[in-house]
Amino acid sequence: MKTVLTIDDSKSVRDMVMFTLEPEGYRIVAAENGAEGLETLRAEKPDMVITDLNMPVMDGIDFISNARADAAGSGIPIVMLTTESSPEMKEKGKSAGATGWINKPFDSDKLVAVTKKLLG
Amino acid sequence: MIEQAIQAFVLEAEELLNDLEDMVLRLEEDASKANVDEIFRALHTIKGSGSMFAHTALSRFTHHFENAFELIRSGDLTVSQELIDLSLKSRDIMVQFLKLGGDGPEAEALLKSDRAEALICALSNLTGVEAAGGSTTSTTTKAEEEEGKVEECFDITFIPDTNALKNGMRPDLLIKELSELGMLEIAYQSHVPKLSDLAPDLSFVEWRLRLTTSAGLSAVEDVFIFADDADLKITRRAQHGGTAACCTSTVTSDESGLKGSKSEQSKPTANKSSTSAKNATVSQSKKAEQKSESIRVTSSRLDEMMDALGELVIAQARLDSVAAEIENQTLDTVVEEVQRLVTSLRDATLSIRMVPVDTVFGKFKRVVRDLSAELGKNIHLELEGGETEVDKNIIDRIGEPLVHMIRNSIDHGIETPEVRSGNGKPEQGTVWLSASQEGGEILISIEDDGKGLDAEAIRYRALERGLISEEEEYSEAALHQLIFEPGFSTAQVVSSVSGRGVGMDAVKTTIDELGGQVTVLSKAGLGSRITLRLPVTMAIIDGLRVRLGQSTFVIPLAAVEECVEMTSDMAAQDSGRRFIQIRSETVPFLNLDTLFGMMHAKEERQRVVIVRVDGARIGLVVDDILGQSQTVIKSLSAYHRDIPGLGGATILGDGSVALILDVSTLVRWAESDGARSKLMVA
Repeated sequence: MKTVLTIDDSKSVRDMVMFTLEPEGYRIVAAENGAEGLETLRAEKPDMVITDLNMPVMDGIDFISNARADAAGSGIPIVMLTTESSPEMKEKGKSAGATGWINKPFDSDKLVAVTKKLLG
Repeated sequence: MIEQAIQAFVLEAEELLNDLEDMVLRLEEDASKANVDEIFRALHTIKGSGSMFAHTALSRFTHHFENAFELIRSGDLTVSQELIDLSLKSRDIMVQFLKLGGDGPEAEALLKSDRAEALICALSNLTGVEAAGGSTTSTTTKAEEEEGKVEECFDITFIPDTNALKNGMRPDLLIKELSELGMLEIAYQSHVPKLSDLAPDLSFVEWRLRLTTSAGLSAVEDVFIFADDADLKITRRAQHGGTAACCTSTVTSDESGLKGSKSEQSKPTANKSSTSAKNATVSQSKKAEQKSESIRVTSSRLDEMMDALGELVIAQARLDSVAAEIENQTLDTVVEEVQRLVTSLRDATLSIRMVPVDTVFGKFKRVVRDLSAELGKNIHLELEGGETEVDKNIIDRIGEPLVHMIRNSIDHGIETPEVRSGNGKPEQGTVWLSASQEGGEILISIEDDGKGLDAEAIRYRALERGLISEEEEYSEAALHQLIFEPGFSTAQVVSSVSGRGVGMDAVKTTIDELGGQVTVLSKAGLGSRITLRLPVTMAIIDGLRVRLGQSTFVIPLAAVEECVEMTSDMAAQDSGRRFIQIRSETVPFLNLDTLFGMMHAKEERQRVVIVRVDGARIGLVVDDILGQSQTVIKSLSAYHRDIPGLGGATILGDGSVALILDVSTLVRWAESDGARSKLMVA
């Protein structure tokens, strides 16, 4: 079973990721910010990460840069949750090493489609 | 499950809104970045999640609120009393939205209420953003969905960034996804370095894909949604007839391009064996001629291009041999690419030089008409195969010889009407001028139904001129060939038309210089036929490099049929002409080293190159087969020109010179009995 790590300071988003992806056969682990995300990443070695960008303690961009430098985060898909209003954030995330992005707001179909696309 | 998520959102939003009140009040004393960031994040979450969890109206309202705090974060807006007032009022409305339990007419009504609109308006004034905004919905637009249905063909160039794999991209999944959309043709180029230099998490592959699909452009773009624009190029191919025909094969797509668009009419036909490439070029340019406009270029420009191309081919051969020494895979890939490009450039350039023989044939109508009138003969000229294409250089050179031969036919060959009717022939004589292509050669023949060559007269004249001696016996055919000897002319009177005794000699010289042959066939009383056998092009050919002792020779690839191993029992036989069995067929072979008088130790393992000319097959025994290469033909010096069996010379990749074998001559000699002695003498 493939594991997806969701990092978001919003519980509703974390829940949504879980409720959407679990029935599709993925195991979900969650973290509330980038720093927590890094710990979970190292402990759980997920197959994919879905991370928010705007978070307290450590934001998504820092998380992505750190994850890419880590053995557990190199080569796995990391998807960032972005908003249409901040295209420059998308660019920052890409250069930090994000694989892709999901524009907020998103629905569960979109989330499943992106996960399947990146995990096969 | 979505119900649970909505429930989670409502709880979360309620919590956030409670905190929001405190945070906004705190702004009055503390407008620090941390505080502003926290407010922004809360609003951002409610806006983002709201639209996902059935609170779209709330989300749309929050969007304007969030805008203001985004500007404060970036320093474009300062915290004012007015802003704090607006924030508190906005927060209250958000609480009201939550109480309505999500989207519905009530929430819509609240969003349209004077209170809400006044706040949106005031916030917009503050931020300078148009009030009509609102968060965009994420669903794809209807227009995009309706696109498609018709099969289209897309060319996709996909070159992932070197770090793409590290960043979690899986090109294999993308290509799989594409292949699910329709028929996918995949070509890739790998720049994978040597194992010792290989970093396994870097990407070294470029893909060129062609997809035929009815899914539409947006679906194709969706596949590559996470690919950088710089790494990806998707172009929709022009379609003819709205079918997927463009994807069937290169040849058909080229042809459809010829019919339809100008941009493709000169498209080279690459990657084919030389003969078929030439044939294809011929047939395609024929079509192009019918349909396309042409441009005039001075031939000197073409010559310059040809010279440069020749140098390029030689340089490419050098590159090949340098790359073979270095043994670097990255270099090899580039070398292969260059080779492919040079080949297609060569074919394209050569095809530009191809001109239908009609351009020279055309003017003979006038020559025949004028001459027959002058000589009081009734002659009809029949032209055939005028569409056959020949290198412009060759066309330019054969015009004059052809005039000579036609004049000869009319002057010496065709009889006067009185003589003809006396001999039971129709009064009107006919001269046939025809051209056809046979492999890499062009055959041009001039035939007449006149009186034929007088073998006895030729013999008499040849003896008189000292070309032959009394003792020697000559067959009729051998005597006929004497008309090409220098200084030979049988005309009793040197007329203004022909018979200056230089005509046929000049013809032979010219044809020899072009790397061709001329032969005559004649039957007394029935007529004669002179056949010119010329290479289609004289500049660059595909050649097979073979080794004989220390020397390299080149065999024109167009003539090569196959290469076989020489088994020891065949090799055991002594030099000269022998036969080998190839699939129960007996093929004569020539030992090239013996023929050329080359002295070197016999190698244990030899090979036989089977060549075919004019339907006749012979084997040429060589020591080794080195490979195939494009060969720029350089003419031999005057001193070497008359050595039979050699057609020219070329420069190899390592800078050394190789001789090009004249296969037609070799085949004829292998076929004829006197082969060995004649060659040995030479």
